[in-house]
Amino acid sequence: MRVELDEPKCVAAGQCVVVAPEVFDQRDEDGVAVVLEEHPAAELLDSVREAVAVCPAAAIRLAEL
Amino acid sequence: MSTATDQTQPNDGTELPDFPGTRSPRCPFDPPPVQAGWRRADGLTQVRLGNGHIAWAVTRYDDVKQLLGDPRLSADGHRYPQLMETQRHGQPQAFPRMDDPEHSRIRRTLTGEFTVKRVEAMRPHVRSLVNRFLEEMIAAGSPADLVRAYALPIPSLVISLLLGVPYDDHTFFQTRSATLMRKGTPQEERQAASGELFGYLLDLVKRKEREPGDDLISRLITERVVTGELTHHDVAMNSMVILHAGHETTANMIALGTLALLENPRQAARIRDTDDPKVVAGAVEELLRYLTIAQDMLVRVATEDIIVGDHLVREGEMLVSGLPSANRDVVFETADALDFDRDARGHVAFGHGVHQCLGQSLARVELQEALPALLRRLPDLRLAVPLEEVRFRHDMVVYGVHELPVAW
Ligand code: HEM
Ligand code: HEM
Ligand code: SF4
Repeated sequence: MRVELDEPKCVAAGQCVVVAPEVFDQRDEDGVAVVLEEHPAAELLDSVREAVAVCPAAAIRLAEL
Repeated sequence: MSTATDQTQPNDGTELPDFPGTRSPRCPFDPPPVQAGWRRADGLTQVRLGNGHIAWAVTRYDDVKQLLGDPRLSADGHRYPQLMETQRHGQPQAFPRMDDPEHSRIRRTLTGEFTVKRVEAMRPHVRSLVNRFLEEMIAAGSPADLVRAYALPIPSLVISLLLGVPYDDHTFFQTRSATLMRKGTPQEERQAASGELFGYLLDLVKRKEREPGDDLISRLITERVVTGELTHHDVAMNSMVILHAGHETTANMIALGTLALLENPRQAARIRDTDDPKVVAGAVEELLRYLTIAQDMLVRVATEDIIVGDHLVREGEMLVSGLPSANRDVVFETADALDFDRDARGHVAFGHGVHQCLGQSLARVELQEALPALLRRLPDLRLAVPLEEVRFRHDMVVYGVHELPVAW
């Protein structure tokens, strides 16, 4: 599974960082999300799915590989 | 454009229900019962807003998320003045009333100030402010009005610190913003206060240009004004927006949250008796969902015809999101109960889409600090009047209480 972020869509409210801090961070200068773990371990996938669900901008996708 | 205004003009011929409707005096924490009816019956319902304009009330969770995430809806107050009139005029054009790309251009100059990391770094300062106001309230003696003594001063000082308002100016800053936010303030007085505050902020911007400090305004000057991204005027305007959107909202959440906890002592004990920040964070999410104080003013205009469920919303028609109702929709099990066992994440108390609350991480930290500190320091805290005598903010943009008399 690969985490994909549509950067221009991100509204930088940091919801993904709250639910999946191992996988997401925010850039210091503008708060736009950064993917720390493009291929997260299986035990992190639930939190990534939750990030996909709560992201207000629909900017995160979890792609099947 | 003409169709846009025509269709939302006050229409005396029809008997439309008023938005947001009246809450039941017996359930002051629940959204107006009429909204639950609309949610179950039809999804979209035509209503009359406080300013007489007609809008579609959106009350289902899925519809609210779909619509607030839809780029075909506009929040542009220039293009659609009826969006501003909902606010009873007042503020000049600012980014909450703009569409992308301009909205996002300005918003992104601020988002770096509100990242989770940045806000966590502010937590110790928030905590010491919380303790200070708590001790001052206790020193002044029981009973007290929790709104004045605790709920309002915390966000007010947090925003002053964030912006870099010098300590000596706090009183000026606070009295002007209080005048601006007070419901009964006559229009002329409101404009005067708004002018004074804006003038003050413009001066402050120039002062910070000469002597930058470790604060938001200084950073906007050194990082954005010098590059030409923002003007001095923009920086003062953004500061006004942050003050305006971050002060009463957080204050009302602290006060109404306290009242909800006093009325639900078993849930309150969960917060008081834990030292696990995760439990507190989860409880705050549930309080945000359960209380959803942003009860009005979530307005947009359709820029083209849009189908929502069985309804056709025509170009130029207005929509208003009923966030309190959406957060009580069936996606949350036993949604009308305050339940700290539930996972409330995914609620829409901060809105959804590109305008979702810029200050939400800061609001969370303020609530996570203010509520447990109060319960722990004053385990005997109680309401000093019967619940029926508490004055709720029924006809305000943001729900809450006008005063909260408490004793301990
Ligand atoms: C519990 C407290 C708060 C609640 C319930 C709340 C709620 C909301 C909601 C519902 C919106 C969306 C408005 C819309 O879509 O039209 C919003 C936007 C906004 N909020 Fe908050 N807010 C809170 C605290 C704060 C704080 C502390 C700040 C800043 C210090 C802040 C700054 C903003 C700004 C600037 C916007 C406009 C964002 C945009 O248009 O892009 N809010 N807030
Ligand atoms: C640029 C967009 C905005 C404009 C033009 C605007 C304008 C106004 C005006 C004129 C008032 C006074 C209303 C009255 O007399 O009842 C007001 C009140 C208020 N607004 Fe806004 N506002 C904007 C955005 C926001 C946002 C994003 C929030 C945060 C969610 C917010 C929160 C509040 C609050 C808490 C009050 C206090 C009074 C009440 O609850 O009724 N505003 N606004
Ligand atoms: S939740 Fe979505 S919009 Fe928010 S920071 Fe993460 S990716 Fe960006």
